[in-house]
Amino acid sequence: MGTQIGEPNLIAMSFFFVFIAITLGITYWAARRTRTTEQFYAAGRTISAGQNGFALAGDYMSAASFLGIAGLVSTSGFDGLIYSTGWLVGWPIVLFLIAEPLRNLGRYTFSDVVALRFRQTPIRIAAALGTLATVVFYLIAQMVGAGGLIRLLFGISYETAVILVGVAMLAYVLFGGMIATTWVQIVKAVLLLAGASLLALLVLARFHMNPLELFAAAAERYGDGVLAPGKLVSNPWDAISLGMALMFGTAGLPHILMRFYTVPDARAARTSVFYATGLIGFFYLMTFVLGFGAMVLVGPDAIRAVDPGGNMAAPLLAELLGGTPFLGFISAVAFATILAVVAGLTLSGAAALSHDLWVSVMRKGHADAREQLFVARVSTVALGLLAIVLGITFKGQNVAFMVSLAFAIAASANFPALLLSIFWDRCTTAGVVASMAVGTISTLLLIWLSPTIQVDILKADSAWFPLKNPALVTIPLSFVTAIVVSLLSSAESETAARFAEVERRTHLGPVGE
Amino acid sequence: MSDSSAKLRDLSARRFRLALVLTLAVMAVYFGFIALVAFDKPLLATPVAPGLSLGILLGALVIVLAWLSTWFYVRWMNRNYDDALARLRE
Repeated sequence: MGTQIGEPNLIAMSFFFVFIAITLGITYWAARRTRTTEQFYAAGRTISAGQNGFALAGDYMSAASFLGIAGLVSTSGFDGLIYSTGWLVGWPIVLFLIAEPLRNLGRYTFSDVVALRFRQTPIRIAAALGTLATVVFYLIAQMVGAGGLIRLLFGISYETAVILVGVAMLAYVLFGGMIATTWVQIVKAVLLLAGASLLALLVLARFHMNPLELFAAAAERYGDGVLAPGKLVSNPWDAISLGMALMFGTAGLPHILMRFYTVPDARAARTSVFYATGLIGFFYLMTFVLGFGAMVLVGPDAIRAVDPGGNMAAPLLAELLGGTPFLGFISAVAFATILAVVAGLTLSGAAALSHDLWVSVMRKGHADAREQLFVARVSTVALGLLAIVLGITFKGQNVAFMVSLAFAIAASANFPALLLSIFWDRCTTAGVVASMAVGTISTLLLIWLSPTIQVDILKADSAWFPLKNPALVTIPLSFVTAIVVSLLSSAESETAARFAEVERRTHLGPVGE
Repeated sequence: MSDSSAKLRDLSARRFRLALVLTLAVMAVYFGFIALVAFDKPLLATPVAPGLSLGILLGALVIVLAWLSTWFYVRWMNRNYDDALARLRE
């Protein structure tokens, strides 16, 4: 079939420039309100629960889930649902265990919460390393995805695409800080939900608005197997390990956790997760209709012909149902999606560098507002350049693999330390630092020893470690390390006394904010 | 003072119990689903209706149940916890 994909698409570019113009307008407006660090990192804590719900959903619905899950469903059917469910069930965990204490205990980053009870310096360094490891792997995935996608959609080179994303993202974050980043997320979330809903409606219109008729058509053409678990999960323990990474990783993602500081209080933080979960759940159910729609209407072979990974299923479906204009719209939305996620990630990485490492460790908290903001902006530029370089270096890597790696680090390095410092009174500085260090290092090490690196990339005959995702081992290991080291190290009298304060503030919030 | 901190501890324990029970429930639902995907593929292939396999039905249910669990938690907290906290603040 004839497709415009891979050739410069004028309509896509116009939509794209309209989006850039609108969001830069927002950035200009936000820049005039970004004078303090509180505004730069936390949007002045003025974002409402509903707005934050959309922004959280925007941060989470990356191009990987829109294009990746639709692509996975269109080529292998049911298996895509394993990812959708895993990514969604992380949200209730964030809500029940993390969101409200985080809002009440910290200021800008999740390590504020951990550092509250324990000795500042070692905690800040360990937490910043965990944050940066997570952010860098997530950034690589998004940049590699962006480069490949933009190359296909707009017909420009991979390197140009990566540089374009990096520069546009830097403009948002540098000048508009969290206010601009939040509004870019909201605009993008609305566009993405609207575009995907419209596409799903156009698909369903061909099947009497009945999804079951669509599934039945898929089963009739490609066999009943498409409605049942297939090849994706061959090793049961791999499935469970991946599930653990997806479920607990969300509660350790720095750019998601940071959003809870942008709302006025714990009640707003709580309500925003409810909205976000609804939006993301609805979106994932819709990607299922899109995936099966692409399977039946476009066909798996045509999808694989354009991109072997299947990532172009949704854009191809849009072109089939709405012609070049709709392809242009969906392409621009996908680009906007990557841009917004990259901006959120860079901001949280910059917060770790400047707030946790520079201000808290190097200057022991004695840095004035001007200096803090200056260091935050320098860190942003550094991370932006790093993202561009890494994006070009890792050209051709599997995007979903890099994302699951980021989730595994977040779940093993950040989540156990955060949870225990909120809820366990006997926890010590040594225990938390050991847990974060062991979590980060063991995850990186086991990924290196996994079949994905050893067999697929290095072409070895076998891998020392059998699982593709190490979360099944590294999450329990990180918890056990924290507990054993805490119990072995002598109880710190200060830390124990501060737990009472932590418990009080978990519920009542900081005094006089 | 000690009275209000005892009440706070009690409230804290109640919130923690709710959070723990709901967390375990969501984990049970999700890992139950993943265990079926991993260990009993033929069961999930069973058709329930034309075009609908048990696997797709359960997968969609996991998403809906996860969302309902956030709704239940937010409702409980808005009704019981916020009021109790407001009384403690006074």
